[in-house]
Amino acid sequence: MSDSTTAPVMNGHAGSERVLDVPKGTRLLALENASKYFGSVIALEDVSMDLKAGEVHALLGDNGAGKSTLIKILSGVYQPDEGRYLVGDEEVHFNSPRDALARGIATVYQDLAMIPLMGISRNFFLGQEPEKGWGPFKRFDLQTANAITREELHKMGIEIRDPEHAVGTLSGGERQSVAIARAVYFGANVLILDEPTAALGVKEAAVVLKYIAQARARNLGVVFITHNVHHAYPIADRFTILNRGRSYGTFEKNDVSREQVVQMMAGGEDLERLGNELEEFARLDAEKHARLTPVAAETDVSMMQMGRELENEGDRVSG
Amino acid sequence: MTSEAVPAGSQSIRETARSRDVSPWRRLLLRPEVGALLGAIIVWVVFAVLAWDRGFVSARGVATYLEVAAQLGILAVAVALLMIAGEFDLSVGSIIGAGSVIAALIPTQLGINFWWGIVTALVFSLLIGFVNGVVVVRTALPSFIVTLASLFIIRGITIGTTRLVTGRTQVGGLQNVPGFESAATIFAYDIPLFGAAFPVSIIWWIVVAAISTWVLLRTQLGNWIFAVGGNPVAARMVGVPVRRVKILLFMNTALAAWLVAMIEITSARSADVLRGEQREFYAIIAAVIGGVLLTGGYGTVIGAVLGALIYGMVRQGVVFAGIDADWVAAVLGAMLLAAVLVNRYVRQRALGARE
Ligand SMILES: Nc1ncnc2c1ncn2[C@@H]1O[C@H](COP(=O)(O)OP(=O)(O)OP(=O)(O)O)[C@@H](O)[C@H]1O
Ligand SMILES: [Mg+2]
Repeated sequence: MSDSTTAPVMNGHAGSERVLDVPKGTRLLALENASKYFGSVIALEDVSMDLKAGEVHALLGDNGAGKSTLIKILSGVYQPDEGRYLVGDEEVHFNSPRDALARGIATVYQDLAMIPLMGISRNFFLGQEPEKGWGPFKRFDLQTANAITREELHKMGIEIRDPEHAVGTLSGGERQSVAIARAVYFGANVLILDEPTAALGVKEAAVVLKYIAQARARNLGVVFITHNVHHAYPIADRFTILNRGRSYGTFEKNDVSREQVVQMMAGGEDLERLGNELEEFARLDAEKHARLTPVAAETDVSMMQMGRELENEGDRVSG
Repeated sequence: MTSEAVPAGSQSIRETARSRDVSPWRRLLLRPEVGALLGAIIVWVVFAVLAWDRGFVSARGVATYLEVAAQLGILAVAVALLMIAGEFDLSVGSIIGAGSVIAALIPTQLGINFWWGIVTALVFSLLIGFVNGVVVVRTALPSFIVTLASLFIIRGITIGTTRLVTGRTQVGGLQNVPGFESAATIFAYDIPLFGAAFPVSIIWWIVVAAISTWVLLRTQLGNWIFAVGGNPVAARMVGVPVRRVKILLFMNTALAAWLVAMIEITSARSADVLRGEQREFYAIIAAVIGGVLLTGGYGTVIGAVLGALIYGMVRQGVVFAGIDADWVAAVLGAMLLAAVLVNRYVRQRALGARE
């Protein structure tokens, strides 16, 4: 496996239809026994994980578990204090997100993805503006930017009237999708998403999840952080579960149930107590259920629908 | 293995049911500078009524308020760009003072060509702008504080040095130094038009504004300016050189201050250590009246131009109307407050197409 296939550099207009040209399942990056300390705080200790082409890898854990710290290492914000970080087969030492970006590792942060007062196409091409003209008369080719932005968003099912409208007029889910589309368009091989569905409603989250599925179908690797098992479970292929800076390991979806994942996220030592609590919740739920059946049914349907849509999306895109 | 969510070549753009037509008129009303345009029209009408027969609408009247507007406008345009990038520069007034004294002292004290003074002042101004920018981005202190400090330091040193060298706080007799004629042609030429003298500074103002608005709206740098003010962290994440953009814009305001200083000393034929006093505030007022957001990330150059025009019309209008000039400050203050309120409303509408 040559380095150039696993870690091509960002090459400008890669286009969102690009498919990552390595065998599905090729390891894109790996952390080996990584630790990160902030003074006396152990943010991460001895954590290992890897990411393959064409997979969605969910990173789960409770508040303060170390998820953000882990992805900041992956995206070049932090360096691990111990352990190794490999891109392809090569150990790397990133000094900034720029370095990671140059290796095709793009991170989309929920609140930092977009600049609300700027137009959609201006946001889309920020930092990579297409230019035309010569010397001092070189200018931002806004027509091209508008056309491409409109086209790329159209492909993901977001219709915009005017690409120069402020991003602030988009919904949270659309904004997040635009950010993902941008990362893919500019040649990311690895997408790192920090809580992309937090603060989004079911439908909004479904839009974002659908786009994650599209990225997977193009053979990209996606690291997806969330608190919400119900967002992670329908889409993830593997789970890495963190608890207080340590990893419970990585699990194939086929090997764990949703409930087991929930339990591990909450912390193993409390399992028994949690089990009791869950039973209690279940009992209360059943009582509520009697009253709220229509609402609950609707929610179930939309989650099932989402699962189906995601599968279809994957088939369609890769087929 | 390619994806085709839509058939290739499909040009039909389906509009979501949620978006609705926005009339061109409504879109115009959402532009950041529309408040300033209305303000300018109102101010003009008010003074046209008050001073119609006293010359406000005559060519001479127009030339006087355009001259005042131009000298502020050159500054306001640069200040607007900096404010859109999320920073303030309170030191511009003191750079005007220092620049004019430097440009005047060098030829008068050393007996050399005026242009040596002009170029030295230019280098000095750019250096101050550079230092302002570097200190702001390195310390991450509010630029308000950093440039407030520069304001006092520069003004203090200017006064102290000038008094040490000349024993006074003014430098006169510029018209006698070699090179003055050519400098005055470039910075202070009067263009006769419709029986009045229109100073060339108006042309400078138009040129500066045209270049600035082009850069802001049509270049990569302009996109970066909006981004740096809108969300510097997000901008850095996608590779915008945030610090370099800010430093460049601090140098740009200093450059504008230098240009204003040269225009003023060539038309007055003398320099004064207090030149440009309080100009920083008027420049900020003009930018804000023009729709520039105090928190950065939003605004236009045209707005700042209109803000400066309003300032010029108010300042000279009261003179034509025979009102005591003491009232100018109060009028400007009230307009500033009104502008901030109007602009907040406009911005909310711009973001709130989701009404
Ligand atoms: N820069 C920092 N300095 C000191 N401590 C830090 C820093 N960043 C994170 N920590 C600590 O490291 C631990 C892990 O934090 P991290 O942000 O990675 O958790 P998380 O899993 O992302 O949590 P959340 O779900 O709340 O976002 C926490 O105890 C946190 O307080
Ligand atoms: Mg976090």
